[in-house]
Formats: sequence, structure tokens, C-alpha cells
Amino acid sequence: MNKDKRLKKRHAREKRLKFYGITSICIALMMLFTLLSSITLNGYTAMQQAYIPLKIIVPGEKLLNSDGEVDAQKALLFNWDSKVKKAFRTNFPEVKSRSDKKELNRLISSNSGYDVKQFFIKNVDAFDNERVIWITASDDVDQYLKGRFNTNISEEDRRLTNKQLNWIDRMRSEGLVKLKFNKNFFTSADSREPESSGILGAVVGSALTMFVTVLLSLPLAVMASIYLEYFAKPSRLTDFIEVNINNLAAVPSIVFGLLGLSLFLSFFGLPRSVPLVGGMVLALMTIPTVIIATRASIRAVPPSIKDAALGLGASKMQAAFHHVVPLAMPGILTGTIIGIAQALGESAPLLMIGMVAFIIDVPSSFTSPATALPVQIFMWADSAERAFYERSSLAIMFLVVFLIMVNLVAVILRRKFEKKW
Amino acid sequence: MKNKFETENVVVHYGTKIAIDNISLNIEANNITSLIGPSGCGKSTFLRCLNRMNDTIDGCSVSGKLLLDNEDIYSDEIDPVDLRAKVGMVFQKPNPFPKSIFENIAYGPKIHGLAKSKAELNDIVLQSLERAGLIDEVRDRLHDSATGLSGGQQQRICIARAIAVNPEVILMDEPCSALDPIATAVIEELLDQLSKDFTIVIVTHSMAQAARVSTKTAFFHLGKLVEFGETQKIFTNPEEEKTQNYITGRIG
Repeated sequence: MNKDKRLKKRHAREKRLKFYGITSICIALMMLFTLLSSITLNGYTAMQQAYIPLKIIVPGEKLLNSDGEVDAQKALLFNWDSKVKKAFRTNFPEVKSRSDKKELNRLISSNSGYDVKQFFIKNVDAFDNERVIWITASDDVDQYLKGRFNTNISEEDRRLTNKQLNWIDRMRSEGLVKLKFNKNFFTSADSREPESSGILGAVVGSALTMFVTVLLSLPLAVMASIYLEYFAKPSRLTDFIEVNINNLAAVPSIVFGLLGLSLFLSFFGLPRSVPLVGGMVLALMTIPTVIIATRASIRAVPPSIKDAALGLGASKMQAAFHHVVPLAMPGILTGTIIGIAQALGESAPLLMIGMVAFIIDVPSSFTSPATALPVQIFMWADSAERAFYERSSLAIMFLVVFLIMVNLVAVILRRKFEKKW
Repeated sequence: MKNKFETENVVVHYGTKIAIDNISLNIEANNITSLIGPSGCGKSTFLRCLNRMNDTIDGCSVSGKLLLDNEDIYSDEIDPVDLRAKVGMVFQKPNPFPKSIFENIAYGPKIHGLAKSKAELNDIVLQSLERAGLIDEVRDRLHDSATGLSGGQQQRICIARAIAVNPEVILMDEPCSALDPIATAVIEELLDQLSKDFTIVIVTHSMAQAARVSTKTAFFHLGKLVEFGETQKIFTNPEEEKTQNYITGRIG
């Protein structure tokens, strides 16, 4: 009787534990779902952008030189802005007064003159004909069309006046403004104007930085691990090193940024805001993580394999590199990827070395000024314009995709290196 | 008969613990010598002194005289890597590399530069497999993974791998303890063959095995060498009472 009761109790306990486990998994999944869906809901609208079609004729004689190419000097002097504005205002013949014209002009992006110029520089045969060019509308128009503009507050406090709202409504009904795929977001770098800003600069900056990080941290960490596991005789010094590697993995990342600032920038005089230095700083941060993972996976290789190699007369180095490291490779890669994923999402150390700068060009080399994805998100989320808000959400989605890709690479590499026993 | 190893007053410490105490033992060339004794008696430790595998254990220190062909193997001039090419080893648990059978055998000759061409390497591999009595079983699957073989085959792969380096001595640390009786019989037969070309030292838990395969037997107890002599004499008419007790199963 007593025995039955105890058995029942034990089963009940097991069921309870199972229930707790399932509940916590459900809560975790719910949180993940909430996070992803809120980011997606906030960000997906940034995939589109309001564009305005303009009919523009640009006389070739004013811009082309004798070879039929665009003359840089002439293109610089040509008043593209007024050309664009005039073309835009032809849709509103009733607008006459100076102040109304000014208000109307605010509906198009202040960068549209530059965009049109770029179009004509690329398409030399477009001169002298009437061309329909889709220029970006200003971010306020964009937000209004997406229903993200609050019209309930008083007119003085709004960024768009009632008059402007009426114009936008008319344009929408006449097809003079449309939401189209936001190409700028994927092809350009940062900008002061949300409608011209893009993520490409940050993605390339992150990729360059990560490249430097992997290149530095993987070999250094693997070498250090092999030395500590295979060659170092246990002593006070190695104990000290071991404790400090573990400590280093727990150091707040901004401290590494400070170290990078004082060491790489101030002492060695390396340039600021560049992926090279960013990668070096993040490598410092990643190395302890990779060392810990590498040592664990080296230790997980059965010692009999090492003995077999040594027994055949292989040197320690040969035993390590011919047999143990290849077998530990899946673990080493997993550790490295964890480190890289951590570094990819890190913004604090990059702030310290100036990678928070406002950079409008896509970085072209390891030493050209750049920013990184998390820093870009930080900067956009911090901006006043509503339109940057949805862009930062979309950038977060990108960061997540980037991370998934990195993990995918890890899985593929692990599969490739994994040996069946 | 010529002595391959001559050892005198060998003492091994693991940290502060004495593992073997003052052992003097000579091992004859081209012969099988077996080391028997209860667990923890130091027979494996002594075996691992003979090719300096103890070097890889932290805190292990060896003193005394250990000569291989009248050369001190613990002197500074001897490179343990070089020594282990002369004194090969087969371990308790079959430990083939998780690579193909061919690569397993070819690894030793490759790192020691024994083959000048691919064809030569191929010859060495096939010859080693033949001497290990394995060639007929694996001829068609040289490039399959060695870890897919049975336990007994894996152990013979390890023996073939040791032979491929062309050592003078092969040390075996309980090579059959993880194998079934049939695989054990195959390996014992193989040992008999190999003793014509190699000096073999084998550590074993099975007294029957020691009696079957070896010509000389050493009995270790608590880190000391109790008795050493002709196998037949040890098993039929031992001088020491401890030996008598062990082989009759009263201590162990």
C-alpha cells in the first residue's frame, strides 16, 4: 500500500517536471514570436517607399561635352534641384505664392535633384527627350501614405500642414504618388534623409569587420588552445593564464572598445572608424570564447587517438594537427561561430573606436571609414524622423538574417568535418 | 640469447606516489615476454617506460637505467619521437584513426619518410596488412573507414599500423582485453608469427594467455617485480609464494 503511494508520488513528480519544462519552452517560444512579429510588423513597411513620377526634359547641349559625355564641371553647375521642383510643380498649376511653392517643394525628397543628376550621368542617351523619372517623396509623405502619420494632433505641431495633406490626397487619387519597392534601402549607405538611406554600407562594413575578426581570432585561439592543452606543463603560470582567459570572456564588451581606443588608435595610430580596427577589437573580444570552446572540443577527442599517433612516433605537433584538431574541428567551428555571432551583434566596442560615424559611402576597403549593422540600427533608432524607425526595424530583420546565415555556414561546415566513429 | 632491453633499478613516480619500485628486468630479443599481475601493479607503467610514453603524463618521473641495445633511452641524446619509431605500441582498446584502412597503415611510414613513392607506400601497406594476417579480409575495402571493422579486426589494424613503421620492438598493453575469444585466438596466433621478426613485450590480465604465448613471464605485485623467469617454470613451479597465490587465483 505504502509502496503504491510512493510510486504514484514519484510518477506525479515526473509529470510535474515535464509540465514545467513544456511550459518554459512555450513561454520562450512566445517571447521569440512576439519579438519577431513586432519587429516584422514595424519593419516590413520599409520595404516600400513613396515615389513620385516626374516628366523631365534635360537639354543635352548644356551638359554634354564634344565627345557626347557628361561634363563633370557643367553637371556640377547645372541647377538640378530647380529642374526637379519645377517639373513637380507642373502638376499643381494653381499654386502661385512663394510660401505655397515652398510648402509644395517639401513633399519631394531634398535629395531628388542629386538622384536625377545621377540618372542622367548614367543614361547619356536620355537627354533632350521627355523622360518619366520616379523620384523619392519626402519621408513625411511616405509615412502619411503608410498610415503612420498622426493627423489628430494640432496643425502647428505636425510636420505636414492641412494644405500639404490635401495635396498628397490629390496626388494619391491621381496616381501622382505611389508606394514602390524601396530600392535605395538595399543599394545605398546612410543618409540624413530617411528616403535616401540604405543598409548596404552597414552590411559591407559588418562583413569586412567580421572577416578581420575571423582571420585574427581563429588561428590565434586555436594555437593558444593547442599550446595550453598539449605543450604547457601545469604550473602556477598556466593556471593564471587559464583563470584569466575565463575572466576575459566575461569582460564587458565596452572595455575592449576602450582598450582598442587607447591601444590601436592612440598608441599605434591606426585610423579611426575603419573595419580593420573594428575587426581587431572584436577579435580581442572573441578570442577567449573561441579558446574555451576549442579547448573543450580538443579535450573531447579520445586521448587514445593522441596516444596512437604518439606511439607511432609522431611528434606532439603532428599528433595535434594530423589527428586531434581535425576531429575537434566541428567543436572548434561551433565555438568560433558563437564568438562571431556575438561579435556581429556587438555595437559598444565599435562606438569607442569611431565606427559610429555618419558615413554616406559604401566602404570599399578595410581602411575606409565604415559602420556596422548594429551601430547603424542604434543610430537610426536614435533619429527623430519617424521613417527611420521602420528602417531600424527592417535593419534588425537583416541582422537576424545575417546571423541565421552565419549559423547555416556553421552547420554546413560541421557536417562536412564531422567523422563517423 | 641477446638482450634487447636491459633495465636496472627503475623507479617511477606519479607526483609523489610511487608506481613502480626498483625494477630490474632484461628482455630478450625476438622473443615474447609477458608481464602479469593484478590491476595497479605497475606492469603497464613499466611497459610505457620502454618507449617513453610516460613522458606524455604530467607529473610522471622515471629514474634508473633503461637500455635499448646498450643505449640509455632516457638520455638527452635520445629523441622520444625517434625511439617510438623503433619501439612501437599497441594499446588496450583498439584505437584506429577515424580514417580509411589505407590511411591508418600509411600514416607511420609517411611521417617517417619510409616510402619514396606512392607505389612503395602501397607495398608497405599491403605487406603490413599481410603480416598482420588481415589482407584477405580487407583487400577490397582498403579505402573504407577503419572504424567500421570489428573489434578484433581493428586491433589487427593497430598491429599492422605498428608493423608498418618497421620497429624492432612491439609493446602490447592488454591487446586482447576488449576482444572476444575467437578474435583473441587469432591475435595470439599472430603474435607467434611476429615473434620471429620482432621483440614483443605484452601486458596481459589473462594468465592463460601469458602461458600460451610467451617464453618469459614477469610477475608484478604492488609496484615490485616478484618473480621473473621461464614461463613454464613460473606457471608450474614458481619460487615465490605470492606468485603461487596469484596464479592459483588466491590474490588478484
